[in-house]
Amino acid sequence: MDEDSDALDPGNLPEIDPAGGLDDFLIFGSPETRRRFLKQVAGTSAAITLGPALMRIGSAQAAEAGPTLAGSAPAGTAPVRLKINGKDHALELDPRTTLLDALRERLHLTGSKKGCDHGQCGACTVLVNGRRINSCLSFAISHDGDEITTIEGLANGEELHPVQAAFLEHDGFQCGYCTPGQICSAVACLKEDHAKSDGEIREWMSGNLCRCGAYPNIVAAIKEARDAEGKDI
Amino acid sequence: MNPFGYSRAADARQAVTGIAAKSQTKFLGGGTNLIDLMKMGVETPAQLIDITRLPLAQVEELPGGKGVRIGALARNSDVAEHPLIQQRYPVLSQAFLAGASPQLRNMATVGGNLLQRTRCYYFYDPGFPKCNKRNPGSGCGALEGYNRIHAILGQSDQCIATNPSDMNVALAALDAVVRVQGAKGEREIPIAEFHRLPGSTPNVETNLQADELITAVDLPAMPFAIRSHYLKMRDRASYAFAIVSVAAILDLSADGTIAGARIALGGVAHKPWRAFEAEKSLIGKKADEKSFRAAAETALAGAKGYKHNSFKIELAKRSIVRALSTVAATTS
Repeated sequence: MDEDSDALDPGNLPEIDPAGGLDDFLIFGSPETRRRFLKQVAGTSAAITLGPALMRIGSAQAAEAGPTLAGSAPAGTAPVRLKINGKDHALELDPRTTLLDALRERLHLTGSKKGCDHGQCGACTVLVNGRRINSCLSFAISHDGDEITTIEGLANGEELHPVQAAFLEHDGFQCGYCTPGQICSAVACLKEDHAKSDGEIREWMSGNLCRCGAYPNIVAAIKEARDAEGKDI
Repeated sequence: MNPFGYSRAADARQAVTGIAAKSQTKFLGGGTNLIDLMKMGVETPAQLIDITRLPLAQVEELPGGKGVRIGALARNSDVAEHPLIQQRYPVLSQAFLAGASPQLRNMATVGGNLLQRTRCYYFYDPGFPKCNKRNPGSGCGALEGYNRIHAILGQSDQCIATNPSDMNVALAALDAVVRVQGAKGEREIPIAEFHRLPGSTPNVETNLQADELITAVDLPAMPFAIRSHYLKMRDRASYAFAIVSVAAILDLSADGTIAGARIALGGVAHKPWRAFEAEKSLIGKKADEKSFRAAAETALAGAKGYKHNSFKIELAKRSIVRALSTVAATTS
């Protein structure tokens, strides 16, 4: 289908808007300016090191395999259908591909973050059939037919999801790396009705670590979303 | 990660036939421990049989008031919040909710939790050469190494690893029965016989056979279990493995004396540790701190600490007293 339709051509990258706002940091899963910048930098240094011909091959392979599989022998692939943010995708995946790597490396939905890659930090949190899980500890192939919501799928067009808006309002982040996972987890936490008190929010958000220590503001953001929207958020 | 073949079982029989057909085959459930261990290079299965879609996720009452059956593929979060578990076996619900994170509990299955591997650093990281569990005969890195999280009861000179599960501790206190299906048919394994002490074969952790599938866990009827509590001591308030944990259940007579007790400890042994002698010592006693402390001394009588974990002995005693006191104060 259209798995690579939004892939960027490393040789023809758009200009970076130096005045770009918060969205550039991909906290809210909007325009991928920061991603483009990183790709541009990576592309430049690779070109210097390897030369143009090698770089082309390297890029194609990197885009295919993803970091988890780097250095491994090629293995067989299998068809996997995933419905992500309401859109159907048909992929051919090595069974070793985690759901997180499928999202980031194959579908270029880079909002979900790879923090620890061992289910300890929660940066990779996505919703599968409405439930929050660690996408780094799950093989994509075992999610054939599942409905997945990532940070990119929360907003309604240009209108932020209430939890996204509350995180903005309350400064529920500093560097922003854990934020997509925090927001996906918070949406589930509210739907589960596990946000009735500050203590309950802290306990039920304990699977999402924030090394910047934005916890008080994250709790405040979740409370605001709860008070405004309730558990039918 | 090593390459592996992947298939999905359509029913329990197909799963059992499949695992018997090829060596180095494993069942894939929630994956929260297995996939992590595959990333670490500790587990290197050649084949995975995905069992997550088998119809084994129900929590249901057994006929004739015999208790409750939990399907092996029920997710930890679903069991924790199931009314039958919350009302009749609160200690189990509390143990589930004390474990891992909401995300992991949404993934992890009951069968997988039974088979959870130790978090001993020397086992989990193949960079450490010595581990009798990972490489039989290679030695134990923890004996002379950093052993703060390790066992104080039932350990051997081959292995001092602990079982990391909270669920297992509550299941031990509840006299759960593990139902398994193999090529030769079904059988039941009492929880006390499911996990093994390390002895000279720490690589063999359970009495489940390689070709057997866990299909369910039965909780026998235990009306007094409504008075129960799971206490977990850990290094942070949430989302950490137990340093010591206690599953406690008290059967109190009308006059307030103890008619029966169940005490199981976590974080202290290679298997969930039932304190049978301590339980017996409580029968007929008053449910007060003095009785509980005496029982705690009995429970830890055979304990042995190492360089970094001797504190666990006193911590376990105090935890037993606190857990039992909490249960005694619970109105049924």
